[in-house]
Amino acid sequence: MQLFVEQVINGIGNGLVYGSVALALVIIFRTTGILNFAQGEMALFSTYITWKLASESDGFGLPIVAAIGVSMAIAFVAGAVIERVLIRPVEQARSPLNVVIVTLGLFLGLNSVAQLIFGTDPQLMPSPFPEGNVELFSSGGDAVVVSKDTIGLIAVLVAECILLWLLLQRTNLGLKLRAVASNPDSARLQGIRAGTMLMLGWGMAAAIGALAGSLVASQRTGFDGSLMQIIIVYAFAAAALGGFDSLIGAVVAGLIVGIADALTVQYVDALEGIEVIVPLGLILVVLVILPNGLFGRRTVERV
Amino acid sequence: MSMPSDGTGATVEPALGTLPETAAAPAAAPGERPPLRPPLPRPVLIARVVIGVALSVVALYAPFYFTPENNRIISQALYLSIAAMGLNLLTGFTGQVSIGHGAFFGVGAFTTAILMVDHGWTFEATIPVAAVLSGLVGMLVGFPALRVRGLQLALVTLALAVLFPRLASKYVEGAGGVALLRPRRSEFASLIDGLDDDQWAYFVCLVIAVVLFVLAWNLVRGRMGRAMVAVRDQEIAATTVGVNLAGTKVGTFALSAAYAGVAGSLSVMIDRIADATNPILYLQRSIEFLVAMVIGGAATILGPAVGAFLLVWLRRNTEDLIEGKEILAPAIFGAALIAIVYVLPEGVVGGVRRLLARLGRRSSGSAARPGPASASDVPDDSNNPGGSHDEGT
Repeated sequence: MQLFVEQVINGIGNGLVYGSVALALVIIFRTTGILNFAQGEMALFSTYITWKLASESDGFGLPIVAAIGVSMAIAFVAGAVIERVLIRPVEQARSPLNVVIVTLGLFLGLNSVAQLIFGTDPQLMPSPFPEGNVELFSSGGDAVVVSKDTIGLIAVLVAECILLWLLLQRTNLGLKLRAVASNPDSARLQGIRAGTMLMLGWGMAAAIGALAGSLVASQRTGFDGSLMQIIIVYAFAAAALGGFDSLIGAVVAGLIVGIADALTVQYVDALEGIEVIVPLGLILVVLVILPNGLFGRRTVERV
Repeated sequence: MSMPSDGTGATVEPALGTLPETAAAPAAAPGERPPLRPPLPRPVLIARVVIGVALSVVALYAPFYFTPENNRIISQALYLSIAAMGLNLLTGFTGQVSIGHGAFFGVGAFTTAILMVDHGWTFEATIPVAAVLSGLVGMLVGFPALRVRGLQLALVTLALAVLFPRLASKYVEGAGGVALLRPRRSEFASLIDGLDDDQWAYFVCLVIAVVLFVLAWNLVRGRMGRAMVAVRDQEIAATTVGVNLAGTKVGTFALSAAYAGVAGSLSVMIDRIADATNPILYLQRSIEFLVAMVIGGAATILGPAVGAFLLVWLRRNTEDLIEGKEILAPAIFGAALIAIVYVLPEGVVGGVRRLLARLGRRSSGSAARPGPASASDVPDDSNNPGGSHDEGT
């Protein structure tokens, strides 16, 4: 029982990371209708920036929290610039596959430039959370022990989701962002600067990725250029499961994927090495039953 | 729903589920039915024959001119173009985006490698088996595609590409206990005296590629091709005019996967290895196929081949562009991809076709003739391969 609870909590930690990256994907998808394959590598690059700012030996030795903040700000600007410079001109050609190629080009480019600048050796990211474990409660003599890292990660990412929700649902800016997402042309007619909103959307997504990447890296004993590879696949899975246009869906689906993965690793020995089959199989089943995902809106198609 | 009647466009084949047999009749003047495909102007015909003969001569002479190493690279481009063609049938013509073709490629590669290493088959005999097996896997994946569409489908196929190397490393055991099979070199020996091994391998790839490209060309010009394009452009409308949606989708998936499987099988001959130790190798393969298809020109016949050769050439030249900074090669490669999409949004073949159409119009005034549509007679509105893309926004 105690093991089960611990695994579920670890799963929630990972699941929130997947959910965060999925959130970034969904924000970009909702505002621009693009599946951003470069999301993971954008986050990787920002993670390296955080590391460079925070590292005592190879960097500037900023406090880690400040480093993450600065890195998020840089990511925000960079994301907006990428939208304006690389995505928008290609998007106007009206071919979604071309945009896919651009994001794939970014994916390859960012990964290799990051490794060129920051090296290929594994690096150690300082953690913003205190060390040690917390004993949550005991059930039948066995104490449930969870590291403070995991609890901190969960707290930060939950706060991030709530802030994002407030921003989108309770502010003027959020209303504009949602208006552009639902219909750019109508939004323009209402006097909303659709282009600016698209840049903001990409900037927000990049900043979210920076936060998620930095936190994940701080949990690992070292990170390198492959940090985001599996995370991005799970994030894609979560975004698909959640329905691609639902922010809540992305987070919930991320949690489902994370928990399912953690429990499979712990309990199903037959699937050792191919645990990934469980979340992916789950998604396949859900999508076959509900093609728009768990939280996606049904679309009415006109012919 | 009437036949598009602009005489200036490059090709005037109906795209939107307008089966010409039914749609052409009301549009034509009573009593005379316009030919389904207007005859090509004579200069175009001659130009095509000349280019075709020249290309054949080059293709036949090339392996004797190049070094074995270069022959190997050209053969790689050939199998890559087969896989890209397979993806093109599915994504370019039928509008079903797949990022999972690397998995079908892997099924083909491992089928061949296992049959050769464990069961002592000769290489050539394994190719049909690889095609059938990967086709079957493709068919299985095609069924969810009946429900799941657009980006969701892309994700399902992405999952396939991620899963494949893991499954392979769990269930395939090669030398040293890892999922890596290397058939012996001698088993790929040339079957014809006077041809070196590399030349033989090149010709095997060339013949299979030509056969599969001609097959694809015939397919997309026929009833099946019209059904595929109709499904891509407007699924619901396609079903109302009698297109068998399930059959078209599942059939295209199976065929497309079989192409990728053949490519995988050939890759064992060229690269002498079937490898599943790198967890993202087959995802990278999927991306390669997609890139080759898009930069060559989606929904064209020559596009995948042009794209594949361009891709191999680019990769080769970006690899040692900067001495000592090999790690930058993917960055240059990625930048080149972005540049190509900027300059030629319709791919190389689409761009050339547009250029020729413009030249043709200038030389012949605005005569109601179709422009010289290079070598591929396929609908021109290939700009929206992701058919149902705008759902959910």
